[in-house]
Amino acid sequence: MAQSNRLPQQPHEVIDRGSPLNFTWNGKNLTGFTGDTIASALVANGVEVVSRSMKYHRPRGYITADFWDPNGFVQVGPEPNVRSGHRELSSGIAVDPQNVWPSLDYDVKAANGLVGRFLSAGFYYKTFMKPASLWPAFEKVLSTFAPGGTVDLEAPKDEFDKRYAHPDVLVAGGGPAGMAAAIAAAESGASVMLVEHEHRLGGHLCWGSDADVALAGELAAAAEAAGVEVLVNSTVTGRYEDNWIAVTQRSHPLATERLIKARAKVLVVAAGLIERPYVFAGNDKPGVMLSGAVRRLVNLYAAKPGERAVVFSANADGDATVADLERAGIEVASVVDARSGANLIEAHGGSKRVSSIEFADGSKVDADLLVVAAGWTAPTSLLNMAGDRPVYDESSARFFPQHAIDNVLTTGGLAGDGTRDELVEHGRATGRLAAERAAAVRHRLQAFTVQAAPVDGDEPAWADDARTPLGRDPHPALFQSTSTGTKSKAFVDFSEDISNKDLVAAAKEGYDSVELLKRYTTATMGPAQGKLETVNTVAVLADARGETIEEVGTTVWRPPYAPISLGGLAGRIFNPHRVSAIHEWHTSNGMVPIQAGAWERPDHYGDPAAEVRNTRENVGIIDVSPLGKLDLRGPDVPKLLNLLYTNKWSKLPIEGVRYGIMCADDGVVMDDGVTGHLGENHYLMTTTSSGAARVWEWIENWLQTERPDWQVHVTPVTTAYTSINVAGPKSRELMAQLTDIDLDPEAFPYMTLRQGTIAGIDDCIMWRIGFTGELSYELHVPAGHGLHVWETLMETGADLGIKPFGLEAQRIMRLEKGHFIVGQDTDGLTLAPTTGLEPLIKLDKDDFVGKAELAWAMNDRLDELPRLVAIQTTDPTIVPMEATQIVRAGTTEILGRITSSRMSPTLNRSVCLGQVASAMAAPGTELELVLIPDGRRVTATVMEHHAHFDPEGERLRA
Amino acid sequence: MLLVPCPYCGPRNASDLRHVGESHVRPDPNTATPEEWRTYLYLRDNAADWTTETWYGTRCCRKYFKVERNTATNEFRNPPMPGNKLGGKA
Repeated sequence: MAQSNRLPQQPHEVIDRGSPLNFTWNGKNLTGFTGDTIASALVANGVEVVSRSMKYHRPRGYITADFWDPNGFVQVGPEPNVRSGHRELSSGIAVDPQNVWPSLDYDVKAANGLVGRFLSAGFYYKTFMKPASLWPAFEKVLSTFAPGGTVDLEAPKDEFDKRYAHPDVLVAGGGPAGMAAAIAAAESGASVMLVEHEHRLGGHLCWGSDADVALAGELAAAAEAAGVEVLVNSTVTGRYEDNWIAVTQRSHPLATERLIKARAKVLVVAAGLIERPYVFAGNDKPGVMLSGAVRRLVNLYAAKPGERAVVFSANADGDATVADLERAGIEVASVVDARSGANLIEAHGGSKRVSSIEFADGSKVDADLLVVAAGWTAPTSLLNMAGDRPVYDESSARFFPQHAIDNVLTTGGLAGDGTRDELVEHGRATGRLAAERAAAVRHRLQAFTVQAAPVDGDEPAWADDARTPLGRDPHPALFQSTSTGTKSKAFVDFSEDISNKDLVAAAKEGYDSVELLKRYTTATMGPAQGKLETVNTVAVLADARGETIEEVGTTVWRPPYAPISLGGLAGRIFNPHRVSAIHEWHTSNGMVPIQAGAWERPDHYGDPAAEVRNTRENVGIIDVSPLGKLDLRGPDVPKLLNLLYTNKWSKLPIEGVRYGIMCADDGVVMDDGVTGHLGENHYLMTTTSSGAARVWEWIENWLQTERPDWQVHVTPVTTAYTSINVAGPKSRELMAQLTDIDLDPEAFPYMTLRQGTIAGIDDCIMWRIGFTGELSYELHVPAGHGLHVWETLMETGADLGIKPFGLEAQRIMRLEKGHFIVGQDTDGLTLAPTTGLEPLIKLDKDDFVGKAELAWAMNDRLDELPRLVAIQTTDPTIVPMEATQIVRAGTTEILGRITSSRMSPTLNRSVCLGQVASAMAAPGTELELVLIPDGRRVTATVMEHHAHFDPEGERLRA
Repeated sequence: MLLVPCPYCGPRNASDLRHVGESHVRPDPNTATPEEWRTYLYLRDNAADWTTETWYGTRCCRKYFKVERNTATNEFRNPPMPGNKLGGKA
């Protein structure tokens, strides 16, 4: 089909007729031009109906033909809900209507229109409330009525990105005033970002007169010359605390959408005005368009919106539309001037298009295009977000801001009316003011930074707002046609299918506050988010209540100003992925990984039980690099250790290693680990793997805020070392082949450390500890040599039966030994002495973190607190799931829970740790467990020792 | 998002820091009554007014510092002083 409705060359068209683009609409092959929007290409091809309405499935055509068009949502390939009034045409795309069944031309659900009285406001709430049991059935049927396109889960993923920006001045809106503000601010020395929602700078100048278009070009060139960063096809979607501003950039060459987080010192809002629809019978019929839509289609895209027009005009833009239509050769059958009191009653027409217009004086004119220029809505969203509360001005029939916020300025149509020159001059004055205030903000922020570069001079005076205000043109207050007595519907909200009758009915039902009315009827809650509907909604409600718009008030506009895709919010994924120096070896040797915080580490290598048995019989090695490690230096380290751990550290000799528990000041266990005394004024502290970052902040907190006079320097060295635990009865035999350090148990006993050369690597630390309960050496070797040491251990230990073991085997072995894990066997209420480590709490120390609470607990109420105990089920084959409840026999009274449980490959029976009420904590006490998930009750016994295996610790001290 | 005046790094997004909370004095654990101790642990003024609070530069300088902020308007005043002992209410 040739472009049947393409007009001859228009003077300021933006299409490139030398560059045709093929695309399909509803399966048919069509052609448009580069520069077209999807909407203008469809109109140029004579497409009249683009969608069906949400509730009544009424045929709909373009009404604004821009981003906000409520009728212009289409499916483009795999992408649903594309705004065809805004999206530019590209070659080869498949465009399809959505919300139609079985087809756009014949829509079965249009029958909803016939039963429309059942679909009035609140219909769904009232009808499908009861019985609740039937809701799944209701939902299934109703979801087929839901609007929107289809999501293709197989479609390739788009690229998204984020960026941070720090402009002095950010200007939202690239019309004449916004451009002038950006230029003046930049010329005053400010760094400026100018954000324009549409595809090109200029705002309403783009579809205006020769002089308008010329000015737009001059200003755009001047903005570039002044060094303004211009972002087109981008929207300022939100303004938050301290001018933290969200910009959605749709024009990035590589990313589908980029979210820019800008911190502007001053925000200039130059969002312009949005043309407001008029509420009259038949106002949603295809062929009824706002003046802006007609001027865009004709002037920018040379697309013919109709053959014979009636223009209803209340302002200069309506008048200019008449001139545009005549220039383009479209017949103007009648111009109806609202300023002289003329009014519309109804747009009549068949199922597809308007055919005649009926006026208040009874006359009727045949036409297939009705142009409506009934007034403007001020999109004050960004000002609302900044705390402004715009006020309604009856003589201009729109809202104006109160200009209450120092670092948010307004210019252009939001601020008032004026000639081109007046708008530009106001914009320039605003830009200069913005730059001056930005300089003052910059100075103030720097003055807070006492250790940064000194600030030059005094803070600049806060510039007064001496701008000459823009005027306010009178405008007839046109919201709804006076007659609503016709059969035909008069729509207030096109995207939600809400008519003025629906609003009046809802108000009569009692929903007569604007916030309630909005939520009950969903008016203003569709994709345009009130840009087109809010003021008419308020006006209809004001009529129904017999009040003024000012008395009724308006709803608050909240972010985002325009929709942001979820992909844009997510951006690229930068989650850290931490692996040890041995990771490659693990992956090529059968590792089954587990994610532990940011760390990916081996859970096991196929058979954790076999790993346990081998470690207990021969020797095993585990990569424990994620273990938190802090290098502590300075003369006051012992004081620090005495403060943060519950036990004593002053007498720990060089080469000594000690275990400690850390509590918060409420006495609750927060971390544990061993710390070794490496040399004079030099210690190495280890923390739990998950607590590494927290403990570092904790130490800094005490050193910086409570004990700033102590000389201690803390360096996190977790990743500077590769940490390997060598465990098992043959570990001494293995290590003897790899180091000169004397490993004789007399020379190198349990809980001591040595430093030296291991596998040819200098500066290694080796200490004897025993989380697994075996004779074991924990090696901390410079991370760059970690893989070498690991591989050397594996080669050298081959004759001894060495095997690697993973986190799971380690967890089993520590449970066999009864060693608890902070956060697994303890919780946010676990006081240190209840974990069985009472001897490690030294109340005779002058002070330590948690001392006060622990002293009170241990002296007064230890008997009232739950205890951590080892538990064995009577039936050794039952492994109660972790979190299994322990109850008083035969009742549901909860007395505790299982915190850890495993089948022990060493003992061939299940072993547990659990927290129980103190009355049930005595060794030999019989417990009753309620198993998950079947609720079966079984018995278990409290054990004498935490260690199920080798309670005397002979193996680890060997 | 709030812009926090870090005395070491300059103005930073609040997400670069951790809000530690109202500054307070840790009582002597050997002489404090349980009431005094638990007031220190759990009770905050939470005033809609000028407060003295502690922030920590988790993603900038790793320093704890004290600032005065009006919780009703989010204004900061008096350049915050680094390196001082942070105990003590304003």
